[in-house]
Amino acid sequence: MTDLTVANRSQTSYSEPIAFLVMVGFLAVAPAFIYPVFLMKALCFALFACAFNLLIGYVGLLSFGHALYFGWASYLTAYSAKAWGFPPELAIFTGVATAALFGLIAGSLAIRRQGIYFAMITLAFAQMMFLVAVRAPFTGGEDGIQAVPRGTLFGLVNLNDQTNMYITVVVIFLAGFLLIYRVINSPFGEVLKAIRENEARAISLGYKTERYKLVAFVLSAALAGLAGGTKAIVLQIASLTDVNWPMSGEVVLMALVGGLGTVFGPVVGAFVIIAMQNYLAQVGQWVTVIQGVVFVACVLLFRRGIIGELANLLRIRL
Amino acid sequence: MALFSQLLIGLINGSFYALLSLGLAVIFGMLNIINFTHGAQYMMGAFVAYLLLQHIGLNYWMALIFAPIIVGAIGIAMERLFLQWLYKLDHLYGLLLTFGFALIIEGLFRNQFGSSGLPYQMPEQLTGGQNLGFMFLPNYRAWVIVFSLVICLGTWFIIERTKLGSYLRAATENPALVSAFGINVPRMITLTYGFGVALAALAGVMAAPIYNVSPQMGAELIIVVFAVVVIGGMGSIMGAIVTGFGLGVIEGLTKVFLPEWSNTVIFIIMAIVLLIRPAGLFGRRA
Repeated sequence: MTDLTVANRSQTSYSEPIAFLVMVGFLAVAPAFIYPVFLMKALCFALFACAFNLLIGYVGLLSFGHALYFGWASYLTAYSAKAWGFPPELAIFTGVATAALFGLIAGSLAIRRQGIYFAMITLAFAQMMFLVAVRAPFTGGEDGIQAVPRGTLFGLVNLNDQTNMYITVVVIFLAGFLLIYRVINSPFGEVLKAIRENEARAISLGYKTERYKLVAFVLSAALAGLAGGTKAIVLQIASLTDVNWPMSGEVVLMALVGGLGTVFGPVVGAFVIIAMQNYLAQVGQWVTVIQGVVFVACVLLFRRGIIGELANLLRIRL
Repeated sequence: MALFSQLLIGLINGSFYALLSLGLAVIFGMLNIINFTHGAQYMMGAFVAYLLLQHIGLNYWMALIFAPIIVGAIGIAMERLFLQWLYKLDHLYGLLLTFGFALIIEGLFRNQFGSSGLPYQMPEQLTGGQNLGFMFLPNYRAWVIVFSLVICLGTWFIIERTKLGSYLRAATENPALVSAFGINVPRMITLTYGFGVALAALAGVMAAPIYNVSPQMGAELIIVVFAVVVIGGMGSIMGAIVTGFGLGVIEGLTKVFLPEWSNTVIFIIMAIVLLIRPAGLFGRRA
């Protein structure tokens, strides 16, 4: 994946903190002129895409089954909030724990193979758990779990209030985003990048690369779960769409459009794709075709994605 | 009785698994690309057969010849126009590009033909069946199993036992050296892709009378075939054939004994194989 990496051109770079402040500033003023539910949905998918990007961008592992963690966390959050009356923080935690557990199981098997096989294995496990979700009684089959209560966060904050919900989603997103940023800039993250560049050499240096890959996979799955669980609370629904294979493809597309291996790319990619789906909703089936065209165009013409091209143009890191 | 009829259905599914994973393995060998469009190309094979019958009146037997040629030609155009630019890049880009094409093709067909299945008449020569005493064997199903076995073994023979196949295998190992001997490797790659795609389309034509012809018929099948490929490993042609038929039969048996596990059994076998033999049953350790 070497052609993805934006070269580390300067030792101290202020571009990322500045871009972060711009992003926070945007999120602070955006509800004034953009429909909040759209923003919250886009933020959930942005976190999902960042979690996916942690694997492809920094470990070089293409997971084609991330809908498994997103969707199952969404189901468990929705079910525990609705059927067991869990408060939202506990419901989301239930979803995250489920995603982490599935990530541990599927990840420990998938990392036994590399490259293209890894993608096929993750896709196959996701399909298997989709079929389980179709048949499991608690998921509500085609109807999904609807009218999920948003509840009261920590017994204090009423999430039925749109502003409270928005602030909560922004906080969750920023927490996840900063966690990922911290991870990729830690010594642990450096080892991950070493594995991406040359796994054999990382092994020869004495790193147990399988453990590093597994920890990264579980972390990515858990954060995808955090995104899925939050989405279930925000949109008050969990359905088969969240767990089916097109969702796995969508998150790949978001990261690809924004820029694989960039910090801000997946966020921009998620906003672009969700906006595209919103505006194209009236053309129905064409959404799939257009997404396919975007895939093809990205792979053939601008593999760096929006943020990757921008970073390359301005010679900065983003 | 149920046992034998499920075994038969298992062999039918196994025929399609074998044909499709064989095509994937042949393409991966030469192009180093996992062809995600394979399921869409299988679907196109079925649709071309349907359209030939509806609009030109060409019957099933003609479709068996023309659908693979037409869809294979589209595949060749795709390779020349798009895929060939990716060979020097990471394998993952090939997967992403072909995934994009799968979305485009399936989306276009769904716009044109809707999501519900269209019926395709069985050829009249193959209606009816044989009473074998212990079970009733429909002629068409027997034909599908025998014919796909012939195609699979024929492909194996071409690749493993002929001069052309030896060029192919050599080019898989070391394309630079083979082109130094004056063999046009890029053309070989193009034709290999066309051939792999044609195999998928052929499977689609054979599937048309059994399942309905529908735009999404390939999408879920291809994910199962990926699992088949992970189980078998793509290093061996015979391995792909044996794994394909074998898993079809196991899936059929599961329908009899553990029906609630039947649609996940292949994925569970994949997990077990990854635990015991990570390189796959016939795979070479990467």
